[in-house]
Amino acid sequence: MLKFIIRRLLQLIPVLLGVTIIVFSLMHLTPGNPAHIIAGENAPPETVAQIEKRLGLDEPIPVQFYHFVKDAVMLDFGNSWRTSLPVTTELWPRFWVTFELAVYSMIFSIVVGMAAGIISAVRQYSWADVTVMLVALFGLSMPNFWLGLMLMQWFSINLGWLPPTGWGSPEQIILPVITLGTSGAAVIARMTRSSMLDVISQDYIRTARAKGLKERVITYRHALKNALIPIVTVIGLQFGGLLAGAVLTESVFAINGMGKLIVDRILARDFPVVQAGILVIAVVFVFINLLVDISYKFLNKRIDMD
Amino acid sequence: MSSNLSNPNLEQSQKGSLFLNNLKDFYRRLSRNKAALIGGYLILFLILVAIFGPLFTVHDPNEPDYAVKLAGPSAEHWFGTDHHGRDIFTRVIHGIGITMTIGVLSTILGGVVGIILGIVSGYYGGKLDTVIMRLMDILLAFPGILLALALISILGASRQNVIIAIALFAVPTFARIVRGSTLSVRNLEYIDAMKALGASDFRIIFLHILPNILSPIIVQGSIFIASAVLSASGLSFLGLGEQPPSPELGALLSDGRDFIWDAGHIAFFPGLVIMLIVLAFNVFGDGLRDALDPKMR
Repeated sequence: MLKFIIRRLLQLIPVLLGVTIIVFSLMHLTPGNPAHIIAGENAPPETVAQIEKRLGLDEPIPVQFYHFVKDAVMLDFGNSWRTSLPVTTELWPRFWVTFELAVYSMIFSIVVGMAAGIISAVRQYSWADVTVMLVALFGLSMPNFWLGLMLMQWFSINLGWLPPTGWGSPEQIILPVITLGTSGAAVIARMTRSSMLDVISQDYIRTARAKGLKERVITYRHALKNALIPIVTVIGLQFGGLLAGAVLTESVFAINGMGKLIVDRILARDFPVVQAGILVIAVVFVFINLLVDISYKFLNKRIDMD
Repeated sequence: MSSNLSNPNLEQSQKGSLFLNNLKDFYRRLSRNKAALIGGYLILFLILVAIFGPLFTVHDPNEPDYAVKLAGPSAEHWFGTDHHGRDIFTRVIHGIGITMTIGVLSTILGGVVGIILGIVSGYYGGKLDTVIMRLMDILLAFPGILLALALISILGASRQNVIIAIALFAVPTFARIVRGSTLSVRNLEYIDAMKALGASDFRIIFLHILPNILSPIIVQGSIFIASAVLSASGLSFLGLGEQPPSPELGALLSDGRDFIWDAGHIAFFPGLVIMLIVLAFNVFGDGLRDALDPKMR
């Protein structure tokens, strides 16, 4: 097990290096001199040269990359071009907002998705099953930013029950979490259903029934446990969608998270913040995938992953 | 190997009509699956609306009429009007084509690159395989539209750049699937036979491997178009895709957001249509998967 984890960690090194190169090249592939963007359109050449020197832009690219990586490891991403604050200072509080949003949404997806999937599988072809699967299909196909707007219109504007924007209080959390968690719940529900159905038709479940075990015990202790691996796979895959979907959800509900920060700063051409934001999300995603891989291994000793 | 015996197309492959046979076989399976058929008809309907719809709309999609701005749905304006008094029904009809075109083009572009990389990787194996797959891992490390956001921050927001950005996201997903399928076909005896007969790699790849791995590619294509449509409209919604006054569906939703307090209908209809497009491709892809899955034959 330990050997497996170490090997997977080593495999991450080229991926992380590649991700860093891509993010680093963002700034250098951009048309226009960054120093010009900072100094403003009509700045005298001396000012531009001064800024170039301060940012190290006059150095060869490999040297710049070396400095970028060295600083990034120390979580130093330089200063914002717009606010002049250290990027980390801007990013950090936003990171936690997005983290909270993603975690709550994931919990929502898992709880709602698995519950719906189990009901569907246990009562295959009943009206409950058909309803769940139809709702899941729509949930999967809905643009989450549209769902968010519609929820906002209904529950905040028409009914006045929940605040339309912001993040923090329990009332503010409900709508964004439903918005971001719905498509994940739909995917998990579909996977839970089909995985449970696969397991339920197997011999050992029939044996358990023949033994006279209660249906509840069979469903939760015997069937669900063995149906879990594909479900965990799908849950792991949902994280990517969740991090990406957070960008849109934050935009709809004016939540000051990382996603909204990245979009705002792309529009403002504030590259250090964009770079750092994208790098942080990608690195987090890579490590989540590692955790998912390790948890398969843990759930199923039969899996041999090279 | 039993997998050879169970391949009904093997005999025909010697006559060189494998591709056509696969296509017929494909249609036969497809027509037996209800979900795939419904999805297919829905896609066909949407394509027809996208092509011919704009010819029949009475209003101009970009013609402002401030006398009726922010009006709700009525007999004159089926989906109401927006803040410039433009007819939303007309704009939605024009937008369907734009949104679907972006989704399909980006999938084709990314798909072709991904298929080539995947086949090369799976067929030749070795160092080349390792290098290509590591590159794909790097691309996959950026979740969803994040890579598109990164690319658009460099290239700027435009329709062409949105297509490139989403295609880049499609490349690794196709490459992985195609590589896996290629690996499962590569070592079959008929490939060895072709090699023994002196067929070039190019010929083997395009005439003998590609036709045999079409099913997973088509399924992935349909499902990816669904997510490409979501990504494209999402980017427009953020202001990083189609620019005003384009009636792209995500851009229409973005307009609607600013008036959600007074005129909720502006956002409602474009979103509904996006959902319909995504639903059609999802249902079609799901149905195809069931119809084509060898385990279900």
